[in-house]
Amino acid sequence: MKRLLALTLAALPFPLAAADWPQFRGPDSTGTVADATIPAKPKIDWTAPLPGRGLASPIIIGEKVFVTCSSGPKQERLHVFCFNFADGKKIWERELKATGRTMSHQKTSIAACTPCSDGKRVFALWSSNDLAAFDLDGNLLWLRGLTVDYPNVSNSLGMASSPIVIGETLVTVIENDSESYTVGIDVKTGRNLWKLDRPKAANWSSPVPWRADAKSPAIAVLQSSKGLTGVDPASGSVLWNYAEGASTSSSSVVAQGVIYAPSNGITALTPQANGSAPEQVWRSKQVNPATISPVVLNGKIFAFNSAGVLSTADIKSGDSKWKLRLTGPFSGSPVGANGRLVAVNEKGLVQIVDVTAPEGVALGQLQLPLKEGSKELVLSTPALSGEHVFIRADSALWRLSE
Amino acid sequence: MLSRLMFLPAALLFFSPLHAAVEDSVKELATVGREGSGNEAASTAWKKVVTEGPKALPALLAATGKGGPVGDNWLRLACDTIVDTALQAKQPLPLAEIEAFLKNTKNEGNARQLAFDLIAKADATLADKIEPGLISDPVQELRRGAVQRLITSAKAKTGDDAKGAYLHALDAVRDEDQTNEIAGELKKLGTAVDLPKHFGFLMKWNIIGPFENTERKGFDTAFPPEREVKLDAAYEGKKDKDGKPTVVKWKPFESRDERGKLDFNKPFGPLKEVTSYAMTTFDSATDREAELRLGCKNGWKVWLNGELLFGRDEYHRGAQMDQYKMKCSLKKGANTILVKCCQNEQTEQWTVEWEFQLRVCDGTGTAIVAAK
Repeated sequence: MKRLLALTLAALPFPLAAADWPQFRGPDSTGTVADATIPAKPKIDWTAPLPGRGLASPIIIGEKVFVTCSSGPKQERLHVFCFNFADGKKIWERELKATGRTMSHQKTSIAACTPCSDGKRVFALWSSNDLAAFDLDGNLLWLRGLTVDYPNVSNSLGMASSPIVIGETLVTVIENDSESYTVGIDVKTGRNLWKLDRPKAANWSSPVPWRADAKSPAIAVLQSSKGLTGVDPASGSVLWNYAEGASTSSSSVVAQGVIYAPSNGITALTPQANGSAPEQVWRSKQVNPATISPVVLNGKIFAFNSAGVLSTADIKSGDSKWKLRLTGPFSGSPVGANGRLVAVNEKGLVQIVDVTAPEGVALGQLQLPLKEGSKELVLSTPALSGEHVFIRADSALWRLSE
Repeated sequence: MLSRLMFLPAALLFFSPLHAAVEDSVKELATVGREGSGNEAASTAWKKVVTEGPKALPALLAATGKGGPVGDNWLRLACDTIVDTALQAKQPLPLAEIEAFLKNTKNEGNARQLAFDLIAKADATLADKIEPGLISDPVQELRRGAVQRLITSAKAKTGDDAKGAYLHALDAVRDEDQTNEIAGELKKLGTAVDLPKHFGFLMKWNIIGPFENTERKGFDTAFPPEREVKLDAAYEGKKDKDGKPTVVKWKPFESRDERGKLDFNKPFGPLKEVTSYAMTTFDSATDREAELRLGCKNGWKVWLNGELLFGRDEYHRGAQMDQYKMKCSLKKGANTILVKCCQNEQTEQWTVEWEFQLRVCDGTGTAIVAAK
């Protein structure tokens, strides 16, 4: 029924439907979506095989699921797959070759950046800084080779920041130790709308959209080792700066106009309209997201450390609440809906947590069938849509449900 | 007009001639520029070409490799989509013509790689039949499958038969991982492989340093070796720990590393916030195109005959063979190669390395042997 509603909405002039999961950590990069239901005891609905490597999350637009991969001896072959939401059958596949460097740490891969969509187009970015735009039927709309354009844009450990769409701008973070930029790219043409010089430092965090309230236009919040920067997505103008440092791995999360930044633990910030630095609401070192991005659900913020301890704090006060040890280690971030979190550890153990229980309760678990005889890990963040959870490893994409 | 003529003759080799409009579309794809320039025209052209179906494939192949790498991806994605659509519709594909294109080594390497990929997608049996014949192909990536077959075949042999098979594979191999596997097996069979010679690593250098790199400022500072290469000169180096001036001079240094690494920690000690230079001369038998391929996890710059080829100020994110490929022109006779290598301030155990590895090869990764 929810899918039917989603399809009805999709037919309206609004490009994104309620059940869509259009980018890393879903609509507005919050790690939650209002209408989704996380199963208490998940099982596998379908499995779609994937080639090569990848830790980019799947995204979902209407009846299609998109995922990127990299393959070949040096991961120089870059893939975009489109699968049918209902049964996991491949609808189309496109392959290009990396025009930038494909070196990375062996744990990560060239398909590390989650693609994103404005509901009409899919934008796929790889660690080689190749950026491709397709329509939902697989027609190529435009291409960029950002290392061809800017030859020193690369990171020998691999790039991983996931782009986001705000309005007509694709906000693409290509920050590294050398030639370091964030680029605002016209979603229609692939040309630069703006290019912002950024701190010369490796950065794997992803930008997030922020809006003062539901009726206000979103701005892009860029994160780096220096802190946070609010940017007008149309012009690239810097609106404000927060200069107290931030993680270069885990990304911020926004809820009800407040940015919860992985900065000195978690720092809750309210941007100001006058261009001054955001106001600090609270700061807590008790909730430390390490390299994993936090999520806000049911009035609380949740963060895993890499060992698997889930800690939580009240989003208004920052006061710590309960902690719960899950089975780690984790690289992917948790996502949440209907009072539950779903997190998948590196060994492919899907774990569901009921966060409405007074101290949090672990519900069901599911061991994903990783490729036998391989050292395959699950490093990705799940996607949610309707009553389903989508998760990928190198070798497969799975849809889970109750 | 010139570009259009360049793409046309190859297209005429196959099928019926395309409409001029489609030829123009192929050109739009091949010639997209930097920073998205030409994207709008290419987007329209891409749809036209894909609509044309399999008969556009020869023109698309002929255009590949003649523009830039991004243009090649426009062309590749068009070919890929045409073949996918044709396979779904059970339409015939011009596989014999594509095979002929692949086998003509005068065609561009990227285009021939694409031709093989299309054949592999459309007819795996045909690709399987073609692959062993690519063992000496000028395209590094095309050799890989054929080399892997030789390795697999050698594994099934013993003694001198196995040794002979691995040596055959060694002649053909260009990829590092496959070379390592072959060298490892040959070592077990009592045959040592001269890896520096196989890959073409430069081992004999003159070095000078240390100069400054406090606050990483040395990377952008042109120390005297960047202004002149004078092997009998003496310069002021980085001040010593007591703040006293030092004098640095060029001295010979030969790497003994089987991966050709020149480790500055050996002659200078484990220093931090320093810059050093290495210079060598490479004698080329002819004027020719070549590649200098570098692996380095420190800040670095490379000059050939006084011309800066590339540089990068990234520290300790990792190094690997052929990490950076720099196309260049060697002149007949002596060519001067100068490498600047900067060490930063980090003190973690994994930031000790202060080294680089450099080789001279052609576009396939085949070592170019120095004339002297």
